Order: sequence, then structure tokens, then C-alpha cells
Amino acid sequence: MRVKVKLFATFRKGRFRERDMELNEDCTVGWVIDHLRIPRKELGVVFLNGLAANADEVLKEGDTLSIFPMVGGG
Amino acid sequence: MFAWMGNILRVNLTAGTVVAEPLNKEYAEKFIGARGLGTKYFVEEVDASVDPLSPENKIVFMTGPLTGTFAGSAGRYNVVTKGPLNGTIAASNSGGTFGPELKYAGWDGIIFEGRSPNPVYLWIHNNEVKLCPADELWGQDVYAATDLLKAATDEEAKVACIGPAGENLVKFACIMNEYHRAAGRSGVGAVMGSKNLKAIVVRGTGSVMVKDPQAFIEAAKDARRKLHEHPVTGEGLGAYGTNILVNILNEHGGLPVKNFSEAAVFPNAEKISGEYQAEKYLVRNKGCFGCCIGCGRVTDIPKGPFKSAGEGPEYEATWTFGSNLNIDDFEAICKANFLCNELGLDPITLGGTIACATEMMEKGIIPRTAAPLRWGDGAVLVDMVTKTAYREGFGDELAEGSYRLAEKYGYPEYSMTAKKQEMPAYDPRGQQGIGLNYATSNRGGCHVRGYMTSPEVLGIPEKVDPDATEGKAALLKAFQDLTGLVDSAGVCLFVTFAIGLPEIAAQLRTATGLDISDDEYYQVGDRIWNLERLFNLRAGFSKQDDTLPPRLLNEPMKDGPHKGRVVELDVMLPEYYSLRGWDEEGVPTPEKLQELGLA
Repeated sequence: MRVKVKLFATFRKGRFRERDMELNEDCTVGWVIDHLRIPRKELGVVFLNGLAANADEVLKEGDTLSIFPMVGGG
Repeated sequence: MFAWMGNILRVNLTAGTVVAEPLNKEYAEKFIGARGLGTKYFVEEVDASVDPLSPENKIVFMTGPLTGTFAGSAGRYNVVTKGPLNGTIAASNSGGTFGPELKYAGWDGIIFEGRSPNPVYLWIHNNEVKLCPADELWGQDVYAATDLLKAATDEEAKVACIGPAGENLVKFACIMNEYHRAAGRSGVGAVMGSKNLKAIVVRGTGSVMVKDPQAFIEAAKDARRKLHEHPVTGEGLGAYGTNILVNILNEHGGLPVKNFSEAAVFPNAEKISGEYQAEKYLVRNKGCFGCCIGCGRVTDIPKGPFKSAGEGPEYEATWTFGSNLNIDDFEAICKANFLCNELGLDPITLGGTIACATEMMEKGIIPRTAAPLRWGDGAVLVDMVTKTAYREGFGDELAEGSYRLAEKYGYPEYSMTAKKQEMPAYDPRGQQGIGLNYATSNRGGCHVRGYMTSPEVLGIPEKVDPDATEGKAALLKAFQDLTGLVDSAGVCLFVTFAIGLPEIAAQLRTATGLDISDDEYYQVGDRIWNLERLFNLRAGFSKQDDTLPPRLLNEPMKDGPHKGRVVELDVMLPEYYSLRGWDEEGVPTPEKLQELGLA
């Protein structure tokens, strides 16, 4: 299945901004994070189609996964 | 007194007199400083029914006890007055080094009264203070006026001044200090303009004494270490500035588009994002006095039609001139933002007003002959900034803010305001808590009274469901009350991404010697909130004003992650009143006022 993965802020360094990834069925949010070698302790918010997602959520065809380090502003 | 300088300046502009008076210690201990202390002085002295632009209104500049000390990010001061944009209590907060310099000159704050017959500025050189003619400065923009004032006084002096927008009584004019920092909201610059007060220039060579230096240094070092170690305050804000929020709010589905009329997802968000800004245009970051965060942006547009340089834009300006106007040209956004600094305008309200006017023009309510407004046109935006500051052509109508503009044409519902002040960059249909915050904010549409985006979107201190209403009233009250304390201490609100009540209270306690518990420091925020509320009630505001534009209450979000949502204010507001100790009409009960020492 294809899932759009978007990275932001410091997570782009040495990786990418946006990529369509071909993943196996039953692949989880956490698997993608680990595959991209993003340390879990650096994670801020992870959105699956705009809604906050947990690492064990299973992805499906056409999903958009947005991965942020902890950020703030105002 | 320690941390407080113990002295206030009272300047009567009508009479041209300057008098020093001792700081009211009782006020200071109950309201701490800056926003709280300034508000206390203001409400004790000014009738709530006063016309904001009349000589009877006063304007109070106030620092906090931590301002100018080694405390983490302690460069703030507040301006308190009755705001001309909407008539609520206005407390507008700015950083830079102006606040610390005022304390080094020996003063906690300044109270301006009356109206000068001619343009003047106040020159404070330690304990030598005088009003000086400003006839030749009147009409000068912020940058030029600042340069001229430094040349006329002291190159090391710090200048807070108004630009042409304040002089022309634009209802959302700012007070700018050190060129680029702004007491930005509620039109405090127009109050200065109405008083013929162009600027305050200060040079101070003293210092701030703290009660227990060793304990204070330890408390400040602890706060600074936590700020340094936290990913937001130690890395993210310095690298990307506040504009880092464009992408996260967009992915969340909460970045308002075209006057909140469309789904809050902007297809070209990347082109106006903090990441894009850092990659293409950032010269360096910059901090205010004693800041260990450094969120400020020094930005350069090297060529093209919008060639310019300056500081910012922040997230709010980027949004208001960006997706809110359907503009994806970051260079135009920068130019408009720099012009706002130069002319002394609040970008949030300006962008909101142009968006409102554009929507009404698209709908045929405002004739096309009035101005060439259309979605997505950066050149028109830039032109409108200048026209608004000088009240030229249609700019004269924009200068009144979106509510008066929309009301004039018979459609106030297109004004995206709360209590007639424009809302900032978060569509509340995607965040129930920020909706409740907008509706209850004592100065109207505002994000920095109770920044619910932090838990609802950013997950700080922990993620909560943005679509839920349950628990939001209590969480918002906690955010509003802590913010009141932070705004009064004289430190930047951004420290609260990394530290909280224990660290703020520890710094205040060791600096001032005011040996009260953490809970009692926390209660200061509640006390300030209620004092502001009482002023607004006396000024004629009521429960009917604790609301949002009908669009946000009745028109479901059209698409995106929060499709179908409206703000469920009717569910949250009664609980909020109850938790605040207010009756069903939103009036503080006698018992609540007794508890807070406000009876």
C-alpha cells in the first residue's frame, strides 16, 4: 500500500520533506518512525490524516502520516 | 523593596508635569507587576465608561519584578489602557530591552494622564525626567523617529514610540520599541496618538536588587537550564521561530483560510512555513533581553518587487497576510509585515480586516470601486498596509477594524472577531478549547490569554483531544490564570513551554522576598482575571459578548480533519462560569471577590 509521509522541522535533516512510501499491509505508525530512524524520545506530535495518532495504529492505503518533533510558538 | 524599583512616574500631559511617587506596595504584593499591577493602577483611577481616545483615558506602562533580572527571558513590559478597538481593558505585552532599561533608570512604570496640547516625547535619563517637544518627529515612521530620538538624547537609549498609524488614530495601532518589538494588540498606539505622545525614550544605568541573590541565581539557573534543555525553547523556536506553527496547524486542519470561510487547510502552506523561511530568507535569529530562547527572526528579501529587510514575520503575521488572504507569496508577506513595524500597525487585526473586506467585496456587499481587493494578491496587500496607516482612500475604512467596517455595510457577521477584536491564527472549529478562550478573553480575540493550542495541537504539556469539550473549561482556566502570573512577573509567556508555576514562583519569591506559597502566586492570575472582568462589566460588556461569530458556531467546518465541527460554546461556557466562581450571567459572585481580596 502507498502512504504519504511528511516530515517537519529538524526531522527533515538527512531525510526528506515528503515521500510516498510503499509499505506492507499491517504496517504501523511506529514502524515508519523507527524505519526513518527517528528517536521516539524526540517525537512531538504525529498526525494520521490530521488527527493525533499512536505508534501502534495500523496504516491503510492512501493515509497521510505527518511527523513532528516537539514544536511551539504562538 | 527588592526586584521592584519602588518608584512610579506620573506624567500629566495636559499640564506638562512629571511627578515621582512611591510604588503602592499593597498593589504590588497582590498584583505583582506588568499586566496585573498596571491593571490595578488603571482600574483604580479610570472610569470604565471613558472614551478610549479622550484625555480622561490613561495609559500605563508597567514592568514586572523579574523584568531586567537574570530570570529566564525576563525582558517584558505591559501597556494597560482602555483599548480603542473594542473598549475592553487592553493589556499589551512587549519584549526587547525597553522594559529592563526603564527599571535600570529606577522606575517600575509610568502613568500617562490627559492630553498634551502639542506633540511631545518623554525623556527619562535615570532620575532626570522631562517632556520634550516632538513637533518635528510627528509624521515620522517608527524607524526614523527612533533614529532621531537616539541622536537627540543618547545612542544607548531605548525608544518606545508610535508611527503614523498611532498618530492617525488607527484603531489597531501598536507601540513599537527598539524598531521591531511591539505592544501590538488592542490599539494601544492610538491612545498614545490621542494624547499627542510620540515616544518614551529611556536610558538607565542602575541595576535591579534582589532579596536573596544566591537563592535567586539558583532559581534562575534552574529555569534557564530547563529552557535550554527543552526541545521547544532550547532548539525549535530558535531555529524556526514561531512560524514553525504554519505546517503543524495546517496538518492539524486549523489554519484559517480566507476569513475562516473555507476548510482550515491551505494547499500552499509549505511556501509560507517556518521551514521555508529558515531555508530561504533567515539571516539569523535574535533574542530579547536576557533571553535563552531567541525566537526573533532577522529576515532579508534581497531582490524583487518586495525587496526589504526587517524582523519577523511571526506566525500570526504570516497567517493573517498568508492563508487568511489566500496569499502564498512569502516575500509579499514579509514586506507587509515590515511595513506594519515601520508604520506601527497590528498585523493580526489588519489582515483580519482586509480578509473581511475582501470577502464582502467577493459577495458584492462592498463595491469593487472601493479598492482592488481580491484573494491572493500580495501587491494589493502591501499597498493597503500603507493606505491604512495614513487613512488614505479605502484605508480609512480599514483603519477602523473589521467589526466597524462590516457593521457599516450591514453585515457584522463577516467580522471574525470576539468582542470586536480579530481572532488569531487558529480556527476554533478544530480546537474547542481555543474557541472557549476567544469567547472569554478579557481583551477579545486573542491567543495569548489562554493558549489552548499548546495542549490541543502541540501536545504540551500533554496532548488532549482538540474536538472534545469535556475538561476544556478547567484546563482553560488553569492556562488563563498561569498566564496572568507570567505576564505580571515580567517574563516571556514562551517560557511556559518548558517551565511552570514552581519555577516562576521560585524566581519571584527569591527576587522579591514576597514569601507566599506557589498556590498563592497562582491565585494572582485568578485575581487579575477577575479584576479585568469587573472593568469590562462596568464598561458595558456582558454575557452576550462572551461569544464568537455565527460562522464558527453554526457553519460546520467544510473539510479536513475537523470536517463537520462547530464550536460547542453553549456546552463549555456554563461550566467555565461555574469554575470561575461567576453566576449564570458571568458576573463574579461576592464570595469569589471576597476569596480574591477584590471585594
